[in-house]
Amino acid sequence: MFKNKGIAFKLVLFFTLSSALIFTVIFSYNYLVSRKMIKKGIEENSANLITTTTSRIEILLTSTQKVPLNTAYLLENTNYDEAELFRVIYAIVEKNPEIYGAAVAFEPYAFDKNKKHYAPYFYKSNGGVSFKYLDKFYDYFLWDWYQIPKELEQPQWTEPYFGEGGGILMSSYAVPFYRNVEGERKLAGIVVVDISLDHLRDIVSSIKILKSGYGFLISKNGTFVTHPIKDYIMNETIFSVAEERGENTLRETGRKMIRGETGYSSVPVRSAVTGKHCIMTYVPIKSNGWSLGVLFPYDELMADITNLNHVVIALGVIGLLLLALAIIFIARSITRPLTEMANAAVKIGRGNLEVQLPEAKAGDEVGKLTVALDCMKTSLKDYIREITETTASKQRMESELKIARNIQMGILPKKFPAFPDRTDFDIHASTIPAREVGGDFYDFFLIDNDHLCFVIGDASGKGIPAAIFMAYTKTLIKAKASTSLGTGALMEQVNDELSKGNDADMFITVFCAILNTATGEISYTNGGHNPPLVMRADGGADYLDGPGELVVGIMDGSRYSTRTLVLEPGDGLFLYTDGVTEAMNGAEEIFNTDRLKDVILASSGGSASEITGSVARAVNDFCQDTPQYDDITMMVVRYEGNR
Amino acid sequence: MLLSFLFFAAAAVATAQEPLKKISFIPQWGPQAQFAGYYVAYDEGIYKKHGIDINIIQGGPGRPSSELLEKGEADVGSIWLSTAIQKRSSGVRLVNIAQIVQRSSLMLIAKKARGIKRPEDLQGKKVGLWGNDFRIQPMAFFKKHNLMVKIIPQSYSVNLFLRDGVDAASAMWYNEYHTILNAGINADELTTFFYSDFGLNFPEDGIFVMEETLKKDPALVCAFVKASMEGWMYAFSHPDRAVDTVLKYMTAANVPANRVHQKWMFERMKDIIMPVEQGAGEPGVLKKEDYERVALELKNGGLITNIPDYDEFAFRCQGYVQK
Repeated sequence: MFKNKGIAFKLVLFFTLSSALIFTVIFSYNYLVSRKMIKKGIEENSANLITTTTSRIEILLTSTQKVPLNTAYLLENTNYDEAELFRVIYAIVEKNPEIYGAAVAFEPYAFDKNKKHYAPYFYKSNGGVSFKYLDKFYDYFLWDWYQIPKELEQPQWTEPYFGEGGGILMSSYAVPFYRNVEGERKLAGIVVVDISLDHLRDIVSSIKILKSGYGFLISKNGTFVTHPIKDYIMNETIFSVAEERGENTLRETGRKMIRGETGYSSVPVRSAVTGKHCIMTYVPIKSNGWSLGVLFPYDELMADITNLNHVVIALGVIGLLLLALAIIFIARSITRPLTEMANAAVKIGRGNLEVQLPEAKAGDEVGKLTVALDCMKTSLKDYIREITETTASKQRMESELKIARNIQMGILPKKFPAFPDRTDFDIHASTIPAREVGGDFYDFFLIDNDHLCFVIGDASGKGIPAAIFMAYTKTLIKAKASTSLGTGALMEQVNDELSKGNDADMFITVFCAILNTATGEISYTNGGHNPPLVMRADGGADYLDGPGELVVGIMDGSRYSTRTLVLEPGDGLFLYTDGVTEAMNGAEEIFNTDRLKDVILASSGGSASEITGSVARAVNDFCQDTPQYDDITMMVVRYEGNR
Repeated sequence: MLLSFLFFAAAAVATAQEPLKKISFIPQWGPQAQFAGYYVAYDEGIYKKHGIDINIIQGGPGRPSSELLEKGEADVGSIWLSTAIQKRSSGVRLVNIAQIVQRSSLMLIAKKARGIKRPEDLQGKKVGLWGNDFRIQPMAFFKKHNLMVKIIPQSYSVNLFLRDGVDAASAMWYNEYHTILNAGINADELTTFFYSDFGLNFPEDGIFVMEETLKKDPALVCAFVKASMEGWMYAFSHPDRAVDTVLKYMTAANVPANRVHQKWMFERMKDIIMPVEQGAGEPGVLKKEDYERVALELKNGGLITNIPDYDEFAFRCQGYVQK
């Protein structure tokens, strides 16, 4: 998906993501560790706070407990009358500021054989101490404060309750006392003191954790004794709250609390005040089996670390942005010249070598690449200039060659029939020039009325030198040919002329013959040339035998002989250069002398021009499309006599 | 049901033009979900719709509803069936005009941890029992299982039980049972004995009037019954609203109101007013066999000497109309 995106994009993506990952890992680790440290700090602090609070509550409760315990002891171990009893109870209420009321409630008929209910009760009222009997209408035997210590046979704190008038939240400590009746220990009654829980509430509500943390107290039944939300007090239990919230873990925590356990809630507890998640810790109040719970608002505890984290995250994000910008900057500095170079390369590719390349500012890879591209551009430019120049010179040379060829061709007689008024002989020649200027030539001319000189030659090499050499030879032959001079002597003179100053060691093969048109006699000299075919009037043909002599122009003073051949009317000669017999086809086979002879045999009887045409066609058919390497030159001379 | 609906619809139309008739009603306790139907009927204007200007008197421990009826301080009252039978037997001319609670919710609760799992396990144990009418079923239950138990008078709280001062305690399913659950004891830690499961189903809350009140204006009494039943049915189909209504009247009466507790109570009231068990009667109708079972146990318990005649004791508004 990122294949076609630029380098800058890939770099930014890769580096930013990997940096973000590293940052996240560091951040998470830091967060977890600092959270753990804060939690630990809370645990230590809360332990202090809670210990202080519970011990204050314990002191309040245990100091209250002593009063009815001592009274019960007194009642069990001394004799007393009603007045004594009244004095004791009155004193309890009067002397103990924390005690709201006190009663000694007797079992039925235990104090007075005539009274089922006997329970004198002193209580604080209007700044003083009031008195009443707890009577049969109140029926104290059925109340928890009486029944529970009686049945359990041990002192008990009651569940909290609202005192007379409903306003004051109270709890009572009730102590059973016994007497011996006929050796049997029997319950005599219950000593009970009522205390206001106001003071206790003050202690618990003094717990303030940060902004919204609070403490609460639940009774043995889980009933809220103190709570910042007033409606909870006496009306809800921790279990009813758990049911309302549908939080079973809170119920489990509550069960641990009323079992007198110490600990932390396993999951965060929702604050009833703010609804925020809190860490809750709980410790038992050992005296009465109640439990103190303290809620630490999680977010407030974590406020510092949360703030820190926000700063760290902000810094991290800014850092990542800066990093991304830096990468973009660097990537741009790389990719901009690259892009420019790419564009330049495209232009160069289209042939614009004048493109300005970006400046190579640094010695880095991009710089090197720029230099390389520039170098390439320069080299290309030079190369193209060279090619242009070469091409130009080649073109010039080719045009010169063309001119040379034209000149070469121009000096060869090309007008046929060459002698329209002569019927005693027939002559035809043709040359198919190769692409380059070749060294072939032919010539024929009448020396006088009865003597026809005809020549065919092939200069060594190609090109201008060969052409010039050939032209020179042709001119020499034409200049020197005469009836008084045999062809051998002619060739010797030409050879001597050509050999002079022939530093290039050029040479030329020449077949030169003079036909006596009156007699059909031919005198000829073969200077290293391919032997011509003698075509007989009867249709036969044979290569002219006899040893060829030295090529012309190579050695000064060479001797050449003059040979003769007599042609009957209808006989002729077929002269050719090696361009005919060595013409090559696609299979690298040469046309050769046998094939030539076959063609000549097949075409005997035709006119001179028909014969040259047949050979040309045969060579062409043989070579097909294979490029012609050498000039193909041929000439036919036929002696007709006076037929 | 359909017939009575038709009748009451007609009655409502018939009384629509007339001025509202005054009637006073006393539940046997303070406002709570046990009486949700009446408070909902009042709150939703169902009584008015039936031509009744109702005055719901606040009940409570100091105001037994049967006594208020006797004294003429209330016209109609919610009374336990067994209480009413005893009153009738002793000459108070109370008439049952509707039996709201069909199934007894009285039960015994024990902690499994104290080894009580079957009725036999109660042998020799301390059992907390409420007084008077609340003892008829337990005593019969103990007799049935040949149990000798130590009866401890039970007060208004379950704290004695919670602190293991007794091995088993009495409870109303809709009330104390839930109080115990909300004191941190799980249901699976408790053994429960529903008397109704032991052939001792005593239908509880019924609507009663003095015979003379009925004679004076049977139409009014029946309109009250109809409206009250409609109130209950409305409450059952709108449970959240019903609990809200109850809480509202509890707060007004300055009674501590705990929503989850009232919700529990309300749901249990539905269970015992419209029990799904086989043979459960039509809501609001006192079945003769129920009456006879309760009366017989009362007689066996020595609480009554003669069983009042069912037809005199139970008046069916439906029958009255058809006459």
